[in-house]
Amino acid sequence: MEELDTATGTEETESHFMGMHTEQLTGRSMTTFFSAEEAENFTYATAYEVDFNKRAEFECAEMEVRDINLKIRELMEQGHGTIVLKNPMAKHGVGVGILNRLNLIVEGSLGYFGVGLIDGPNVRISGRVGWSCAENMMAGSVVIEKNAGSTFGAAIRGGDLVCKGNVGSRTGIDMKGGTIIVGGKTGAFSGFMMQRGRMVVLGDAGKNLGDTMYDGTIYVGGKIEGLGTDAVEGEMTELDCKWLKRKLDIYGMAAPNGVENMKKIVAGKQLWNYDNLEPAEKKLVL
Amino acid sequence: MCGIAGLIHRGKPGDVGSEMTSMLQSLKHRGPDSTGFALYGNPDANQYIMRFKVAEQDEVSKGFDIHHQIPIRRSKVDERLAERNAKVITADAATEYAFRYTIAYDGDMRGLIAYLEDIDNVEILSVGHSLELVKDMGDATVVSDQYHLKGFNGTHGIGHTRMATESDVDIRSAHPYWAYPFNDVAVVHNGQLTNYWNSRRALERRGHRFMSNCDSELIAVYLADRMDQNDDLEGAMTRSIDELDGVFTYLVATSDQLGMAKDVMAAKPMVLYESDEFVALASEEVAIRSVFREEIDTFDPYEGEVRVWKS
Repeated sequence: MEELDTATGTEETESHFMGMHTEQLTGRSMTTFFSAEEAENFTYATAYEVDFNKRAEFECAEMEVRDINLKIRELMEQGHGTIVLKNPMAKHGVGVGILNRLNLIVEGSLGYFGVGLIDGPNVRISGRVGWSCAENMMAGSVVIEKNAGSTFGAAIRGGDLVCKGNVGSRTGIDMKGGTIIVGGKTGAFSGFMMQRGRMVVLGDAGKNLGDTMYDGTIYVGGKIEGLGTDAVEGEMTELDCKWLKRKLDIYGMAAPNGVENMKKIVAGKQLWNYDNLEPAEKKLVL
Repeated sequence: MCGIAGLIHRGKPGDVGSEMTSMLQSLKHRGPDSTGFALYGNPDANQYIMRFKVAEQDEVSKGFDIHHQIPIRRSKVDERLAERNAKVITADAATEYAFRYTIAYDGDMRGLIAYLEDIDNVEILSVGHSLELVKDMGDATVVSDQYHLKGFNGTHGIGHTRMATESDVDIRSAHPYWAYPFNDVAVVHNGQLTNYWNSRRALERRGHRFMSNCDSELIAVYLADRMDQNDDLEGAMTRSIDELDGVFTYLVATSDQLGMAKDVMAAKPMVLYESDEFVALASEEVAIRSVFREEIDTFDPYEGEVRVWKS
């Protein structure tokens, strides 16, 4: 295991070293020039002032998706900071586009594209989620107690997305930041074209893991059926272990064989073909 | 896109007609062009159930002479059945153009079907001891009401809501497909097969018939061919994962089995619920939840996975 350089091993340096500061902020805006020390907290101009102690709940079984989402917005507008959705019956597109601080509790299962495009809420789901849960999530957290479908956390940019059960294939496809944690297995092509962020799989991973990943890190606790193109095994460091332990502790999870025995998958960067030349210039050189 | 669904009661039969209608109606947004059901009732070894049509639905609404032609085509079917000594026990008209016969016949069924389909515009939709294959234009409720499927008591069924992408919008291209000439075998599929024409030509050279240009029919014919070579259902399905190219998830049902297969890319969805009494599968969980109102545990099968359940 690679030793952490203790000379610069302060908490702040470690987190900077692992990119955690910038990760935290990239979810807040498409702009990449936020400073970690920025005094004011970024919020959307349209965000509602909510009180987490003000709680509302409603039954979703007989409601249309549009009405459910409008109701969430209406309750936030009234200042409710904790909202409970009961029995959404695996409907699609529930809880999308929430750009607000909010405790959203889902008692039941969501269908496709559940809580996609969110920026800020903390979501707990007692059931299962379908394909593309939390797609393009920017910040906040989503914790699912049961299983999840394919393309889990597609293109997420920030925040924590946690599934305590098994997930389908192509988990974290096109992932651009944030953290995905899977308590069980993940299917084929997980981390496909991953660009940034971290994926933690406590169980097994299917074939073509990390296929053509540009960057980012995948940790796997179980067996890996096969690595994808340009995905290679990296060396676990003390810092990796510390980060994994801390992150898993937050969600009451643990690596079955200990974090130090997890495998670390990173980009081999053999497919990196970047240079400073524009295509037209490149033609001239070639 | 298309939506597929299937269920099997383990132990005792149930109202699979209403259950499948409910599941497929929940998948209407995945395919509004046509809906099809393959339902399995109580088998009777002494008789065959034959579902056939003599015209397409749009022919009936547009054709000039069609209302005169339909009885003629049907009477030709009756004549040929009599000619081959097939005894018609019951003969019901599900619609003006689609019929359900029960027949007693101990001759060469494949030959009989070929003889009947030799009549212009006649297509045998299914033959079996328990299979009832119904497909038509419209959503699940429309088709179910039209063919009186609610209340159908049986052990299992599969169904399909179709969004036409590669072939016509007609009954011929609607699912399920019967795995001619195997009694009681039907297939529904969501996906695209990329080696359709190569595989079709190979199967045609082996004597198999195709009634449509829909790639999904290839799966039914492929499985029929494999079973003709003594593969069991699971073996044929496992082989299909390697030999069929493309992205697909399909369901297949026999007189007492329900199976699912998913391609190696896992590009097409499937959600599964399994208990000691019941197995339900669908392209989306919302279909399963239309049957189970209470909270249940579901999961996605993985890439290249084949599963078979018995009733």
